[in-house]
Parts: sequence; structure tokens; C-alpha cells
Amino acid sequence: MVVTTTWYLVLAAVLFSMGSVGLLTRRNPLVMFMCVELMLNAVNLTFVSLGADLGDLGGQLSVFFVLVVAAAEVVVGLAVIVAIMRRRPGATADDLSVLGG
Amino acid sequence: MDAAVFIVSAVVVLTGAAGVLVARNPVHAALFLVQTLFGVAVLFVLQDATFLAAVQVIVYAGAVVILFLFVIMLLGVDRAEDLGIEPIAGQRSVAAIVGASMLGLLLTVLLVGVDGPTGARGANAALGGAEDNTRRLGEALFTDHVFAVELTALLLTVAVVGAVVLARRVRGPLQPMPVVTVASATGSDDASATGSDEATATGDDPAAEADDEGEAG
Repeated sequence: MVVTTTWYLVLAAVLFSMGSVGLLTRRNPLVMFMCVELMLNAVNLTFVSLGADLGDLGGQLSVFFVLVVAAAEVVVGLAVIVAIMRRRPGATADDLSVLGG
Repeated sequence: MDAAVFIVSAVVVLTGAAGVLVARNPVHAALFLVQTLFGVAVLFVLQDATFLAAVQVIVYAGAVVILFLFVIMLLGVDRAEDLGIEPIAGQRSVAAIVGASMLGLLLTVLLVGVDGPTGARGANAALGGAEDNTRRLGEALFTDHVFAVELTALLLTVAVVGAVVLARRVRGPLQPMPVVTVASATGSDDASATGSDEATATGDDPAAEADDEGEAG
């Protein structure tokens, strides 16, 4: 049995969908962040798979930059969560409706 | 052999993702996330992306998840979340429908719509084997994409500064939350206004004080 690129892409699609469902259903902001990480990993998997399929290093280069941006995003997002949680312990995503008008 | 490794790591990845989705305790969700990240790293190795596999383990499993765990422990939000209650009616079912349709769309495009990836093969930089993967990646990063690498350095600096500014503890008395600020500002602006406004403003005060107490505790 030969592992083709389609296998990886289907796995990444399933992983991405699971991450999006988690992002839509969970209410703890930290767990929502973890679901965003799941989706980012699914996209990274597609980058590497298509790069391997085309014999091009561009996919892995993109993953490198996605990793950097994800790390920066996590740092800033967790700082925001810390700032919110310090004001309102136990706040969920539903409580943060100040900007909602 | 490849198929066996793929199937095992796919199972690891998907069970980890499912664990993140259904874990009631955020610490458990973080540990399930580590499981998924390791599975993805194995899939990277399987595709000869050895450098990215190492970075995946070091940066994601080593740094990002540890940061998550630090925040969970620091804030003491490691108590279980009650997944039984559904604050917005129909949220779960709508989310399931959205996720299923997204998956269906992706699978349709992948399996039916397109016949493999398009584009020139090895147009930008040829992909080497697993042995010289790191060397080729480094050469491409620091020659063709050196400006983007500089920009990531800038981005990381901005992120660090932003995180420090956001998470630093404010000196002096704590400022009230924006909602309370709006209410008290309206009260002070309308200090000379009608008595009903005064009553509303004073009516808001106990809530604000209770909020302050909660912050102090």
C-alpha cells in the first residue's frame, strides 16, 4: 500500500474540521486557542504534503513562517487571556461581549 | 511500512484532536494537543521534512503547550468545564453542521474536484532528501527569503513587547472593567441632570464595588 498525497490531505481536512468544530463549540478561551492550533497544524500538514508532492521546498518554507506567526499569535493571545482572566476570573468566551455593543 | 506508520500516526493525531474537543479539563486538553502535535511531527518525518519535525516538537510541544500550561496553572482555570450546559441554544448542532459541511466540501474538492496539485515541479527550490533537508531549507531561507526572515524577527519582537504590555500588572488601584467605566462616566457626566439619572448611577455603584471586591480577592 502506497501512501499518496491524498491520504495526507484527507487527514488534514479531517483535522481542520475537528479544530473548527472545537472552536465553535468550546467556551473556555484557552481550549479555543488549542483548537486554533489544531487548524494551523492541519494547514501545515497540507503545505508539507503538497511540497513533497511537487518536489518543491516552498511548502516547508511556508510552514516555517506559519510556525513563527503561530508562536507570536499564541504569545499575544495568551497575554490577552491573562489580562482578561485577571479582571474576571472564570470568564468564558460568552462573557466577553464588551465590544459587541 | 509507510502505510503502517501513516495509519498509526493518523490515529494518534485524530484521537488527540478528539481529546482536545471533548476534554472537560483544560490541562487534559493541552496534553491531548501534545499528542496531536507529536503525530503531526511523525507525519513530517514520513515526508522527509526532518527539520520541521524537530521544530514542531521543540516549538509547539516544547514551547507553545508549555506556555498554555503555564497560563492554565497561573490563572487557576484548571477546573473542569461543564460541557452539559449549552449557553446558546442550538450552538452545538449548528457547529456540527458547519463542521460536517466544511469537511464534505474539502473532501469533495480533494477527492473529486481536482486531479492532484497543479503548478511547476520544483519551481523555486528543489526538495532534497531527508539528509540535506536542513541545509537546503537554511540556504533557501537565508538567500531567497532573507527579507521575510528579517520580518519574522521584527514580528517576534513586536509580539514580545505586546505580550509584556498586555500582561503586566498595573500599578495602583485596579481600573474597572470597560462596562463599569461606561456606566460611571455616564453618571459623572449627568451629575447635574435629572434625579432619575442620579438614581441609575447610584444603582450601578454596588455592582461596581462588588466587581472591585472580586478583583481584589
